[in-house]
Amino acid sequence: MDPAGCLGIRPALFPGVPMLELLSFGPNGWGGQLLLGTAMTVAVAVSAFAFGIVVGSLGASAKLSHSLVLNTIADVYTTVVRGVPELLVIYLLFFGGSGVATAIARAFGYDGRVDLDAFTIGVLAVGLISGAYSTEVIRGAVQSVPFGQIEAAKACGMSRWLILRRVLVPQTMRFALPGLGNVWQLTLKDTALVSVTALAELMRVTHLAAGATREPFLFYSAAAALYLLLTTISTALFNRAELSANRGVRRA
Amino acid sequence: MNWQLMWDSLPRMLGGLSLTLQLIVGSLALGAVVAFAVALLRLSGNRVAEWLSAAYVFVFRGTPLLVQIFLIYYGLGQFTLIRDSFLWPFLREPYWCAILALTLNTGAYTSEVLRGAILSVPLGQVEAARACGMSRPLAFRRIVLPVAIRQMLPAYGNEVILMVKATSLASTITLMEVTGIARRMIAQTFAVFELFIVAGAIYLVLNFIASRLIKFAEWRLTPYLRARA
Repeated sequence: MDPAGCLGIRPALFPGVPMLELLSFGPNGWGGQLLLGTAMTVAVAVSAFAFGIVVGSLGASAKLSHSLVLNTIADVYTTVVRGVPELLVIYLLFFGGSGVATAIARAFGYDGRVDLDAFTIGVLAVGLISGAYSTEVIRGAVQSVPFGQIEAAKACGMSRWLILRRVLVPQTMRFALPGLGNVWQLTLKDTALVSVTALAELMRVTHLAAGATREPFLFYSAAAALYLLLTTISTALFNRAELSANRGVRRA
Repeated sequence: MNWQLMWDSLPRMLGGLSLTLQLIVGSLALGAVVAFAVALLRLSGNRVAEWLSAAYVFVFRGTPLLVQIFLIYYGLGQFTLIRDSFLWPFLREPYWCAILALTLNTGAYTSEVLRGAILSVPLGQVEAARACGMSRPLAFRRIVLPVAIRQMLPAYGNEVILMVKATSLASTITLMEVTGIARRMIAQTFAVFELFIVAGAIYLVLNFIASRLIKFAEWRLTPYLRARA
């Protein structure tokens, strides 16, 4: 669970197996494991990002509402989560998540103990962090939709729901895309911290491989390369998404 | 809610504050030097220097800080060359490994902030300085840099807050700073929420002070924006 301490002694170079074979997919290689870990990292990141957007939309509507209570709750949430280290938030859910889940289940009349698995804890923790940043991005995007357009839609006789669906949300999505791209990069990198809960994502697998083979430099470099690959691919994807979202907009 | 436990845990957690502060101040100071050098290389006009600094920024911004910390702490000791060098007394200590990783990480982000700020200085001001007879280094020192530093402060403030939070990762390589102590106490007492609140409050106060300091620096550097008394 604790990544520190497993490698107290400085290892000598691992004899026998040639270096690059360690990264291969064969019986001596960790390639398959690393690939599975990468898939797990992507799964955690995508789920957490999606959860974060849901939380962010709720947070943004709370911040933009006229209720003082909702405003305060949303402000406290974003201030605390953005001001406290991500690792602490992960420890909070890792050690406290199951207790809260059990309490919630009890409130609904279920008497047993609810244990959250490492994946759920990781998604919840990283999602709550991601949600705090998404809240600010989405709030800014909603506010940058010109108010005249809402007025015009009202003047056309659209209902509040129709305005939301046809005017506000499509434009908010376009304005929010660059900011959400940044949040995605943060989320992807934050998933590495989930390795402290022993979830077998890329960082955890790398740590195990580095310990077993005594080739930490090789494996952490491989992990760095895989993370770079993920961030590069997602930058390209977000650029394309921005192009397609802006296809109806004339460039000045 | 166990208030007594929260109150009792405070002195122990504050015991880690000194280490947290050392990591913040040390890595930000060294990171500023790295950022300055890298930003200059990036704008130097030399193809090789530009490519190297761009690659450095790309790698350190594209990978998680945890990978960088582990690569330095666990990875470097693997090489006999490093173990025999004069650097080994430093690189063997988790403390210096954490400082090095944090420095390189913040150096990459800050160099981009600084580069953007330097590029945003209006060309007319540089031309005016040159027309007054200033040499290029003098114009850079007296005109470009002061304007750029003022320009970069808001973005740099965000980076400072990220660094305050990033020091918590030093706990993964055995350093007992605030997060490390909080983690150990949570594992001992299982008073998760109480200890989270105490540790979180320490970081919130640190971040509040950091953002105030940046605001103050901004205020000092923009006398022309203040209402005349």
